[in-house]
Amino acid sequence: MNIPGDLRYSRTHEWVKVDGETVTVGITDFAQNQLSDLTFVELPAPGDILGGEDEAAVVESVKAASDIYAPVSGTVIEVNAALESQPELVNTDPYGEGWLFRLAPANASEVDALLRPEEYEKMLQGDA
Amino acid sequence: MQTPLHPLHQALGARMAPFAGWDMPTQYRGILAEHEQTRQRAAIFDTCHMGEFEIAGPDAASDLERLLTQRIDSLQPGQCRYGYLLQEDGGVLDDVMVFRRGPDRFFVVVNAGTREADADWIQAHLSPGTHFADLSPERGKLDVQGPAARPAIERALGGTLPDLRYFRFVDLELAGVPVTLSRTGYTGEFGYELFLPAAATEALWQALTAPGDIQPAGLGARDTLRLEAGYPLYGHELSHTRSPVSASRGAFMDLQKDFIGKPVVEKELQASPARILAGLLLESKRAARAGDTVLANGVEVGEITSGSLAPSLGVAVAMAYVDAALSTPGTRLEVGVRGGALPATVVEMPFYRKGTARKPADWRGAPLQVN
Repeated sequence: MNIPGDLRYSRTHEWVKVDGETVTVGITDFAQNQLSDLTFVELPAPGDILGGEDEAAVVESVKAASDIYAPVSGTVIEVNAALESQPELVNTDPYGEGWLFRLAPANASEVDALLRPEEYEKMLQGDA
Repeated sequence: MQTPLHPLHQALGARMAPFAGWDMPTQYRGILAEHEQTRQRAAIFDTCHMGEFEIAGPDAASDLERLLTQRIDSLQPGQCRYGYLLQEDGGVLDDVMVFRRGPDRFFVVVNAGTREADADWIQAHLSPGTHFADLSPERGKLDVQGPAARPAIERALGGTLPDLRYFRFVDLELAGVPVTLSRTGYTGEFGYELFLPAAATEALWQALTAPGDIQPAGLGARDTLRLEAGYPLYGHELSHTRSPVSASRGAFMDLQKDFIGKPVVEKELQASPARILAGLLLESKRAARAGDTVLANGVEVGEITSGSLAPSLGVAVAMAYVDAALSTPGTRLEVGVRGGALPATVVEMPFYRKGTARKPADWRGAPLQVN
């Protein structure tokens, strides 16, 4: 299972990458593998204000729809429009081209409360 | 429960999930790839979970005539027919395939989840001299489906398969295994259902898949394929609280004969049922799901029974019971999903119309991929 060392993680399998003043959010390799082939991604709109753990997006596989939560609170500043026509990017490159949206965090310290890579890995091992 | 192929599925890395009391493979490489493989080439499905009953004796034909909605006396040896097993009140106990082996010998293929109830019901309605046996534990079943199914089986096993018309079957030996080969399936594509001894199932699967033309497919693809083909799934479109009139507007029933449930069904046909099973074509890949509400002008007019992206169409489709007046093709409806409503149009089923299931007996099949 791929768990990059430079990201932070939520217990609901989102990842967060800090880029200066903004954070990028996606779902983990574990999550995309569990969901299998994604067929549809519904993203928030730029300008949406999300509270931490708010439902921010919906990803659908052939079999089911799953909610994606905002790992930290903030304002949506950009979404990955490529997923509209290519939802499979989340499967093929979950930490790269399959990113979901970017936030301007309301409170930078919320990122510090997220899981470190080794903590997320430990959580996954506990699940298994 | 586990089919004889359970260890093989695990070795292949299949994702397993419970289905009707069985631990079944839902996917190997991925549902979309397996769906495409079946539509374009050939795939093999483990369907050992399905039930098989043997029914024989001088009164077997007349017993089945009364138990099943489809005509039995015109069924020829080597022919099979699809129909319903009904309760007295017209509710659907199961949808079944009946195969005629000879004048007095039949076998009936039933759904996994209804097998025990079907066995009880059928046995309670047989004449004293009619033999009944549940062959399910000792019988295996493999479905090989797809336009290249015939050349792929021929290349894998050597020799040639006999020409078989749609809904005909034949007993033969494949790789030394006695097999009942039926030109039927649940995908909308040309293909076969193979009935064989459970103990030989794994060896035949290995022989069929060895050259690589036939790829494994799981219940996930089986579900998207049958949905595109407009086939009902018991427990979704069919149940003991739904009548076959609502499910198929009187199809798969012969009203010239008597059968259990017929008086209720006839009345309902005259009165027209309140709700009818309809196909819905959505406008994006976002799917409606079983249990979602169908709306007309904001008012609830029906319920989704199955829904998913139709991979071969690139858009979501669904089946739903909707108010009879709104079941006409072209009717514009909506499906309530969280955060809004998805526009949907009633369409004739099947959704996917390029399926090869009905090709003539002498069709040689789509060419195998040249590697």
